[in-house]
Amino acid sequence: MSSLTKQQESKKWYLSKIDPFLEHLNSDKNTCVKEFRDLGLEKMNKLDFPTLKDEEWKYTNISPILQHNFEPALLTALQETDEKEVAKHLFKDFDFHKIVFVNGVFNSDLSSLGELPSGVAAGNLRSLIHSHPEIVKEYLNKNSDDDNFFNAMNSACTYDGFALYVPEGKHVEKPFQLLFLNGNSSVKVLSQPRNLLVLGGRSSAKVIASYQGLGSNEYLSNIVTEIYLGEEAVLDFYKVQNESVNAFHINKTQAFQSRGSVFSHYSISFGSKIARNDINSVLKGTNCECNLYGIYLSNEQQHIDNHTFVDHASPNCVSNELYKGILDDESRGVFNGKIMVRKDAQKTNAYQSNKSVLLSGTARIDTKPQLEIYADDVRCTHGATIGQLDETSLFYLRSRGISSEIAKSMLIRAFAFDVIDSVKIPEIREQIHTLIFEHLHREIIKND
Amino acid sequence: MLKIVNLHAEVEGKPILKGINLEINKGEVHAIMGPNGSGKSTLANVLSGNENYQVTEGEIWYEGHNMLDLSPEDRAREGVFLAFQYPVEIPGISNATLLKTAINEIRKHNGMDDISPKDFLAKMREKGQILGMNDLLINRSVNSGFSGGEKKRNEILQLLMLEPKLALLDETDSGLDIDALKIVSTGVNSFRSSENAVLLVTHYQRLLNYIVPDFVHVLSNGKILKSGGKELALKLEDQGYDWINKAELETESV
Amino acid sequence: MSEDMKIVEDLTQSEYKWGFVTDIEMDKAPNGLNEEIIRFISAKKNEPEWMTEWRLKAYRTWLKMAEPDWAKINYPKIDFQEISYYAAPVKKPQLNSMDEVDPALLETFEKLGIPLAERQRLAGVAVDAVFDSVSVATTFRETLAKEGIIFCSISEAIRNHPDLIKKYLGSVVPATDNYFAALNSAVFTDGSFVFIPKGVRCPMELSTYFRINAENTGQFERTLIVAEDDSYVSYLEGCTAPMRDSNQLHAAVVELVTLENAEIKYSTVQNWYPGDKEGKGGIYNFVTKRGMCRGKNSKISWTQVETGSAITWKYPSCVLAGENSIGEFYSIAVTNNFQQADTGTKMIHIGKNTRSTIISKGISAGKSNNSYRGLVKIGKKAENARNFSQCDSMLMGDKCGAHTFPYIEVENPSAKVEHEATTSKVGEDQIFYLNSRGIDTEDAVNMIVNGFCKEVFNVLPMEFAVEAQKLLAVSLEGSVG
Repeated sequence: MSSLTKQQESKKWYLSKIDPFLEHLNSDKNTCVKEFRDLGLEKMNKLDFPTLKDEEWKYTNISPILQHNFEPALLTALQETDEKEVAKHLFKDFDFHKIVFVNGVFNSDLSSLGELPSGVAAGNLRSLIHSHPEIVKEYLNKNSDDDNFFNAMNSACTYDGFALYVPEGKHVEKPFQLLFLNGNSSVKVLSQPRNLLVLGGRSSAKVIASYQGLGSNEYLSNIVTEIYLGEEAVLDFYKVQNESVNAFHINKTQAFQSRGSVFSHYSISFGSKIARNDINSVLKGTNCECNLYGIYLSNEQQHIDNHTFVDHASPNCVSNELYKGILDDESRGVFNGKIMVRKDAQKTNAYQSNKSVLLSGTARIDTKPQLEIYADDVRCTHGATIGQLDETSLFYLRSRGISSEIAKSMLIRAFAFDVIDSVKIPEIREQIHTLIFEHLHREIIKND
Repeated sequence: MLKIVNLHAEVEGKPILKGINLEINKGEVHAIMGPNGSGKSTLANVLSGNENYQVTEGEIWYEGHNMLDLSPEDRAREGVFLAFQYPVEIPGISNATLLKTAINEIRKHNGMDDISPKDFLAKMREKGQILGMNDLLINRSVNSGFSGGEKKRNEILQLLMLEPKLALLDETDSGLDIDALKIVSTGVNSFRSSENAVLLVTHYQRLLNYIVPDFVHVLSNGKILKSGGKELALKLEDQGYDWINKAELETESV
Repeated sequence: MSEDMKIVEDLTQSEYKWGFVTDIEMDKAPNGLNEEIIRFISAKKNEPEWMTEWRLKAYRTWLKMAEPDWAKINYPKIDFQEISYYAAPVKKPQLNSMDEVDPALLETFEKLGIPLAERQRLAGVAVDAVFDSVSVATTFRETLAKEGIIFCSISEAIRNHPDLIKKYLGSVVPATDNYFAALNSAVFTDGSFVFIPKGVRCPMELSTYFRINAENTGQFERTLIVAEDDSYVSYLEGCTAPMRDSNQLHAAVVELVTLENAEIKYSTVQNWYPGDKEGKGGIYNFVTKRGMCRGKNSKISWTQVETGSAITWKYPSCVLAGENSIGEFYSIAVTNNFQQADTGTKMIHIGKNTRSTIISKGISAGKSNNSYRGLVKIGKKAENARNFSQCDSMLMGDKCGAHTFPYIEVENPSAKVEHEATTSKVGEDQIFYLNSRGIDTEDAVNMIVNGFCKEVFNVLPMEFAVEAQKLLAVSLEGSVG
């Protein structure tokens, strides 16, 4: 009973923050997204925070998040940060367009966009609302639904975030590196970026989105990313979640794929106390390809929940999914992968695999790979395995003079290999490896 | 170099070795032969420190140390090498990574700096050539997708790269055709020197045509029943193992 | 091969051939459910007071529970007051010999292929026949009694073996377990009781045949099998019902207990009336089946062939408490027309070195929906637990659905859990290949389907395997081309 009250209390708190938030918007208040914010608010009123009784939240208890009342970033004093801090979190040794957000709000001083092909609009949503209202109106929230209170709250507070518009036939060669720095030393802050990516027909782009923590104060990142791919568009999207240990991270990424488009999403989750990551793609056109790769590693008392949903709504599409988890200490991992093949989606080829290793006696994993299939001419396969590092391999390495600690690191690296190897930017690959070992407090294996 | 005294060992509570005595000196090649289930592989695994095998009695002395106190990695660093009967496949770790890590760990143990990438590569090429292994094979994941013969060759490549003092070869000849057997033997022979020793474990005599042993021991039911020179192997090839068992009583009284 | 083909031929023109009604005078309780009805049932069965109380307690629990809605099945709300909870043939004498059984009943079971008369008994199989709410006959009792084996109706066991019943009834599936288990605990009318004493290997297959006959009744049977240390039993269960336009509810509870080194093999061929081609009528089959491997090295193996029922909702499960205990689940579930099946298993690993295997084959045709739903749970203390699951689905036609919902929960790092699932259709190239060898399409499909299910057929007792193959072909009839 008391937890129910807590749910309602929290809901009341966040609803009470909407008016002050809107007041703060000034000239941004009555733009083309106003209507859309109102809809979000409506949904907020209707929905409640999820509980363990919701099938989709069966293994993730959000009550620790509700223990805090997080303050919308716009209503708090700006968190100071500098180039040095930014440099600490960036992936290095390659060229990129740099875009930095602090608590979900664009920071132009720390960003350097560089040159872009003509017609490409990239930067923050707030600017895009002013420069390309027609694009925002056409795509924002058109292919995504506010499934839960968190999503609705993000919609109701739509203000800023990453925005990208690539017109038909344009290719952005250099990747965008987005850095979302979150946290505020003086207040428990709520950061709610709204990201919108629209790729026209036969265009392409690469995006690296890193969510990183500033300081040790609690904060909540509540993100919604919407992706629209036109016909034959190609997008590689790398999401790196490395929030601070006291942070909470709730993310929903919704992609919409037109005919022949290729969407590759890489989810790399290290950080936060509780993380919930929803990655969904609707394969709306024929001949689409959707690749979802994921690595999640947790230690201490972390809880990382990955939900994916690949919706085959058209014939002749291919989806590939590979998620791997490494769980240490008392941490918990959740994987819930759903593949839906709708009635007319004949000749679908869907593959899904989830593998986890438990490194400690107190770690725990709950896995639920699901197939829901309504078409007959399909090939769908899913598999899940759970185990520990292989004893025989461990002995083999040790018999070659390698310490048990390094041997374990090597086997962890080997376990993660096929996911990391699929990362197409080689410079990032090795840096991710390093992050993995740092996070697991294990010895770093030198690359060949 | 190695002295085994009254060694008893068991697997999952089942006694396998029942009192092995064996001494191996520098520069020697010993062959242990015996029927299936006689305990040959157990002996090799016990020597390399596999924790699935429990020593219940006896001693193993290696270079003056009590080897039973050492972890598998410390035994390897002290120069003991086991070529596995069934080499393990580890997808995701390349042969090169494995070898470089192992070499550097062993060097560190001996107070040496890391091997330079250039020296490592040169050594790898040189040893690979002896075994007819090209760079492609070397850069693949450890034994992953290798044929039986390739795996065995890979074990010998590791032997040549790590340069141990005591090499234990566990049925390295099993599953090899005659050409592969020759290549593997060439590798092992190139390793032999007056400073190191080899212990071959094998079921068949044919390997001993290529790697000629100084001593042959017959293992049966967890005990060495007979020891002799290389001619003993030929007799076994000729007459099988039965005559040994018949001679068991006689040997035990010696 | 020729045997296979004969089976297929047999069936190509048949429909649900067990759909006849037996005309027999019935003693039936008025529709509705309340404490009075429960007392009525208990009194009808001459039950001791403690049993009546046990039922009432379950009923009161049930009143507080809500009907579950999580399964992937749709059905109109059941009005529990519109069901009669007791129906029995009027002549229910204390039988001294099989020859005293009502000839109409003997004839019914004979028609179903289950001869009960002394001279015609099935060789090597002892049968308990349950007709609507009561057990009408149990064969081979004396033979079994010589070994110390008890095989009788549960009603009899309540009267004659109260200590065993008190000890084990509800010990695996408590009344509070779920909505339908609570309902069953309150109103169950009959079922079988098997007790295999220490060290005894049951010399024959034991079998219960369930028949629903009366209209507007629910069948609520209760089965309890206890295998003491070092014992073994193989138990078969079959069921049919007449064709009727209205839906009928069947809510059974089956409990199995194995002590040290004991093994129970439980096989089901479920062939309740599935409804007609338009989805009218058919049995709602809402069943709780669970086995408890209580002793070390014990084993419970569930095999099921599910072809009948309008809706199937059941998860034969194993609680692997004893060290080294083994749980197995082999299932074929076929749905056609408007049938819905949501079935699977739960393997709950509690003890060390416990092992489980799940092989599930789902075949969907027509406009049916067929879901596998399973849970593999490795508890904190289940060191070195192993599970292997394979859940394959086959689709025939583009109006049906095949779904897989495996839940895997692991709390011990030494566990090794593997789950694989594939969904595919009958390959056109395979059919063409067989066509080109002179086999027509329907036969080809039957052969392919049989091949797809082979792993499960292989673990069925022989008589059942043949029966099951026949059923499969009937169920899928008309689903191709």
